[in-house]
Amino acid sequence: MKFLDEYRDPKLAQAVVAEIRRVATRPWVLMEICGGQTHTLMKYGIDELLPAHVELVHGPGCPVCVTPLELIDKAVAIASTPDATLVSYGDMLRVPGSESDLFRVKAAGGDVRIAYSPMDALAIARRHPERRVVFFAVGFETTAPANAMAVWQARREGLKNFTVLVSHVLVPPAIRLLLGFPSNRVQGFIAPGHVCTVMGYTEYEELAAAHKVPFVVGGFEPLDLLEAILMLVRQLEEGRAEVENQYVRSVTRAGNEAARRRMFEVFEVSDRKWRGIGQIAASGYRLREEYAAFDAERVFDVRSTTIEEPPECISAQVLQGLAKPTDCSAFGSRCTPDTPLGAPMVSSEGACAAYYRWRRTPGLRFQGPA
Amino acid sequence: MTSCPTPLETKDRVLLGHGSGGRLSAELLRDVFLKVFRSPVLGRLDDQAVLEIGGERIAFTTDSFVVQPLFFRGGDIGSLAVHGTVNDLAMGGAEPLYLAAAFILEEGLSTDILARVADSMARAASAAGIEIVTGDTKVVEKGKGDGLFINTTGIGRVPPGVNLSAANIRPGDRVLLSGFIGDHGIAILSERESIGFETAIASDSAALHTLVRDLLRAAPGIRVMRDPTRGGVSSTTNELAAKAGLGIELMETAIPVREEVRGACELLGFDPLYVANEGKLIAIVAPEDADAGLAAMRAHPLGAGAAIIGSVTEAHPGIVTLETLFGTSRVVDMLSGDQLPRIC
Repeated sequence: MKFLDEYRDPKLAQAVVAEIRRVATRPWVLMEICGGQTHTLMKYGIDELLPAHVELVHGPGCPVCVTPLELIDKAVAIASTPDATLVSYGDMLRVPGSESDLFRVKAAGGDVRIAYSPMDALAIARRHPERRVVFFAVGFETTAPANAMAVWQARREGLKNFTVLVSHVLVPPAIRLLLGFPSNRVQGFIAPGHVCTVMGYTEYEELAAAHKVPFVVGGFEPLDLLEAILMLVRQLEEGRAEVENQYVRSVTRAGNEAARRRMFEVFEVSDRKWRGIGQIAASGYRLREEYAAFDAERVFDVRSTTIEEPPECISAQVLQGLAKPTDCSAFGSRCTPDTPLGAPMVSSEGACAAYYRWRRTPGLRFQGPA
Repeated sequence: MTSCPTPLETKDRVLLGHGSGGRLSAELLRDVFLKVFRSPVLGRLDDQAVLEIGGERIAFTTDSFVVQPLFFRGGDIGSLAVHGTVNDLAMGGAEPLYLAAAFILEEGLSTDILARVADSMARAASAAGIEIVTGDTKVVEKGKGDGLFINTTGIGRVPPGVNLSAANIRPGDRVLLSGFIGDHGIAILSERESIGFETAIASDSAALHTLVRDLLRAAPGIRVMRDPTRGGVSSTTNELAAKAGLGIELMETAIPVREEVRGACELLGFDPLYVANEGKLIAIVAPEDADAGLAAMRAHPLGAGAAIIGSVTEAHPGIVTLETLFGTSRVVDMLSGDQLPRIC
């Protein structure tokens, strides 16, 4: 397939792997921030191709994983309201809240629908003026412009039956937090290509300068990631801490200014709670006051819930790159995609699900070039 | 509210995932039906029951069809209801003979739609050389059905000497697949209202019994056959591996997937290995018969895209692995429920 097969070419991949092996003279710990990148690494077995001393740890960039329990509970409460239609991206439906998930609400008669875009939710609201249609606006900076657009459009059309349940989080504040931990081991980051498509990468330049760590904005195909790893290892070996852009076919330094303009008309930066990590200052978006009529939390009055995380789940350490999913005593036994204890096992972007779904069998190690 | 009692139990209500052909479906079967329907024939969990009646071996099977939309590119609920049951018979090596058809109609369904579906069934049955000999019709109140559900039941004759079972599988056997995967699932998905993409992909819905007949003639060393419908190639190979107590190794580069299906899967975040087919079969074949089996498949119009996609191993019993295009290896798991479209 054009524009994909080029980035999955085994011969090119071997050449990049050989170069990484040649360049990496010392052990390095790198983090791929985005869950989509984690899945590519595991799906194609790229971790097996790398030299043992180039270690990848997995970052917090899974929007489903970091959505706090109380937001899931709010979605469940809204979806259980008789005249409400909750529209969501598919992978939110199986995430367990404290007492139920959206699939169960649907089975019990709740109107829960899967959509690919907030515009689909808007279309449902137009077709069904008798229903209160709520879009579960989850995601990082990547999905924020489309969600903002839906709200902006709803206000322009004067739609009275459309609201959004906002759970937007931002990448740079979380990375800043990780870099400040005394326990941090990460020496270089693969920055999330899709987030940077919207935001550009000037925020990462500040982080690189302040913390003396290199960033490479990376794509999501196997060769994107291998090239990003090579660029990071080169920087580290040469003692540089810059922001470089591997994902040039999608990302520019300035990002998408038109998308950001629309986004900031509708959203403003706010504190956010992250599942497994806790409250992070200025780490998310909320609706601006002039868009309060589109805020599902106000319209449905579900603002007061607060929930504790299950104690056994180590998703906090996993999301911060401090532990591998396989370090968890529940991994693969009490916690599987069928019976997830925490969100990283549910989401198609989650690190635990990636380890489980694409796991290896003993004795099947890849015999790579020496 | 109380703190978290996760993991949530999956047993209190039927979820959509219980119908996905994945692990939840298997659990429902085990925990509800097999416990009380104590039949050793049922316990074999084949696509069809093979019964000895008057010295003949009769294959007997039933299947229900609830597809939405009722009409889709490459078929409709009527032709699908014929093909699905014919294929369940054919996978046991049987020559399909007779079908029964039962209809559950929702009050208000247009009789024109019903007539078109019936006509399509008649044409599919006639093309497959099978006769619809009995049936039933029920009507439910508006809102209590999704327009039209069809159940078909079929019987067929298993020729002497044909004895297909997962218990026949041996290490070293080859895995044959009759053509491109994922066409049906993607064709259906692209016609649902919530999915905003268009594709020219048509369902592969087809009756496979003549392909099976040619295959059995050319390759007597066929151990077992399955049609990878719900849950796709992944669920089918996982089932076979579990039943045989052996491992299966698939090769990513050998599995035929159309460009359009790959494209749609990339867009939706799906893996074609889990997408449904309605006109494909997987055969496990003794290694010495693999080439003859492949040639027989390719000589048939429904097997033109056939390929050898893997082999059976003693290593990792019950587990299916995939050699990726980078030469690395990973597990191909059975999904618990349906694949879910991802966020970004």
